[in-house]
Amino acid sequence: MSKKTTAEADKKPENTATGESSVNAPINASLNAEGRIELYRKMVRIRRFEERSLRAYQAKKIGGFLHLYIGQEAVAVGCCSLMGPDDHVITAYRDHGHAIAVGMDTKPLMAELFGKVTGCSKGKGGSMHYFDPSRNYWGGHGIVGGQIPLGTGLAYAIKYQGKKGAAMAFMGDGAVNQGAVHEAFNLAALWDLPCIFVIENNRYSMGTSQRRSSAGTSLAQRAEAYGMAWATCNGHDVYDVRATMDRFLTAARENSKPGVVEIDTYRYRGHSVADPDKTYRTRDEIEDYQRTKDPITLFQQTLLKEGVLNQELIEKIDGEARAEADQAADFAEASPFPTPEDIQKDVYWEADNPEQRKSEGRLFFE
Amino acid sequence: MPVITYREAVRHALAEELERDPNVVVMGEEVAQFNGAYKVTEGLLARFGPKRIVDTPISEAGFIGMGVGASMLGVRPVMELMFWSFYSVAFDQILNNAANVRYMSGGQINVPIVIRGPANGGTNVGATHSHTPENVLANHPGVKVVVPATPYDAKGLLKSAIRDNDPVMFLENTMLYGDKGEVPEEEYLIPLGKADVKRQGTDLTIVSYGRAAIHSLKAAEELQSQHGLSVEVVDLRSIRPLDIDTVLASVRRTHRLLIVEEQKPFCSVGSQIAFMVQKEAFDELDAPINRLATIDAPAIYSPPVEVEQLPNPARIVKAALATR
Ligand SMILES: Cc1ncc(C[n+]2csc(CCOP(=O)(O)OP(=O)(O)O)c2C)c(N)n1
Ligand SMILES: [Mg+2]
Repeated sequence: MSKKTTAEADKKPENTATGESSVNAPINASLNAEGRIELYRKMVRIRRFEERSLRAYQAKKIGGFLHLYIGQEAVAVGCCSLMGPDDHVITAYRDHGHAIAVGMDTKPLMAELFGKVTGCSKGKGGSMHYFDPSRNYWGGHGIVGGQIPLGTGLAYAIKYQGKKGAAMAFMGDGAVNQGAVHEAFNLAALWDLPCIFVIENNRYSMGTSQRRSSAGTSLAQRAEAYGMAWATCNGHDVYDVRATMDRFLTAARENSKPGVVEIDTYRYRGHSVADPDKTYRTRDEIEDYQRTKDPITLFQQTLLKEGVLNQELIEKIDGEARAEADQAADFAEASPFPTPEDIQKDVYWEADNPEQRKSEGRLFFE
Repeated sequence: MPVITYREAVRHALAEELERDPNVVVMGEEVAQFNGAYKVTEGLLARFGPKRIVDTPISEAGFIGMGVGASMLGVRPVMELMFWSFYSVAFDQILNNAANVRYMSGGQINVPIVIRGPANGGTNVGATHSHTPENVLANHPGVKVVVPATPYDAKGLLKSAIRDNDPVMFLENTMLYGDKGEVPEEEYLIPLGKADVKRQGTDLTIVSYGRAAIHSLKAAEELQSQHGLSVEVVDLRSIRPLDIDTVLASVRRTHRLLIVEEQKPFCSVGSQIAFMVQKEAFDELDAPINRLATIDAPAIYSPPVEVEQLPNPARIVKAALATR
């Protein structure tokens, strides 16, 4: 873990890579070769899925916004790889990576983007609103910061039900300035809820840098005001993400302690893919990240050095990920759209379960 | 039959459901140690302890959202808003989260939360504390909205609301908390979405709910004794789901309709009712549908004038006589 101390101009302080020590953290040291490869494979699968969805967007198969996770893969994969049976996840609209990281099948994910009835939300949620409660994945939320009280509620329920679990509530660097986030911080700290607030700091909220939006030098440090533990870590290094998050998850599961973890990361694409990308950052900056901090390239190098990966395996994983993304797109393409009759389904539990309905009267109006 | 107050009726409903289901939790500002800002939750902390009766900080967005999140995992929170007026600072959590997550997840989630508290004018607390948001809430598919007028209805409806698997917005009334009424000893439930004909009549139907329904009943007595007019009073009780059939049946008997609501008129609950009645019973009407609402301005403070801004028996009598 590295503590940030200053933030000057638009430059975030360099996060000293902690890969060397993180690799020896028990949570990483205990990983066998297959476990390491699986982390790598998940990141590659996310990237290929995102690239394929971008092509589908450009081919006008996808409506609305498409917020790509490319560049941030180590964050979701690192965090979600630590999930136990009673751990839960909730995030914002940049939610594809987390969905794949928790184990959702990419076919319904792509179909959701295409607005198809075979989508994970039956075409009712779209890119920003992926859900899979069966995998403890509670969305996918479009209002910046609005999901954070919900994540706190997941933690409340975990504690109320006496489970040894934790909720990971993800948000962007911009979300930290929302009032609801601070209300949630206070509640979690006040009541010792097992909630870890994960700030994915990709340096920008849309086109606004952290310096232009956020007072103070550190986002995670705001936790101090609530007496919560906090840390920053290197989101370009999946081992560091895991080592840091493991400590916080353990404190949450064992002692019901909340915390704030700020993970330095970077997105390569525009905020949403249709957004212009040149007004607030330079091509050089993006290329520099891609060249020196790409989480997949870095982990590939690490695993090559460890002797876990070889060129042949790298190509196999990549080929399979590309094929999977293509198959997901084919599945989405071939799937039907929902019908107008579907519009009013999934609004009320009672309307969807008429045999168990207890209320009377009209639920829907013309 | 025992006679208890509206306040006690709500409290009994809470206590019975807390007793019945260990997943039920009562939360809100001052609900536990302080015994409730309006003493609705008095004694519950002593009886059920701090795990079930929880004081929250003044963080409506935070704790309502937290309740929504907890309900997704099967806790059944009953959240008290000290005043429903404060819904505005939690509105994102109510409409984007409570109302929408089921839909956005393609039906994978349900949100069994109740949000309750008083929503009314008439207490001289001015514009910030006198909102009646039932129309605003009911505008959001996914939530249910209930506005009980009597102790009997408050208890039976709240118990149903707590057992409901959808989010229910339960709007009480500080002016009614002290009202007394008969409430049976034995357990009963009132289904949401069922209107109640609180007085039968032949010449005019008044459709109302909440405290305006109580005023309407008083007005109906005067209309009978002073003007020989036989008025039927239909109390909607639930706004969504809506029992329009009971309204239509009454209109088919009386052929005249006055809607009385403690609501600003623009896009009110009454607007919706009027639309439905003209659509479904146009030929039954012998006069245009009339409506009496709160006078269209922010809630005035001045105590004697606030009475005139709200529906009251005298205003209702006048409106009823004009419905011809
Ligand atoms: C309440 C609210 N305000 C504004 C927006 C529009 N908006 C969507 S994403 C975004 C930027 C958020 O940035 P950040 O929290 O850093 O997350 P990132 O996109 O970088 O993942 C804005 C302004 C919104 N969706 N919700
Ligand atoms: Mg950001």
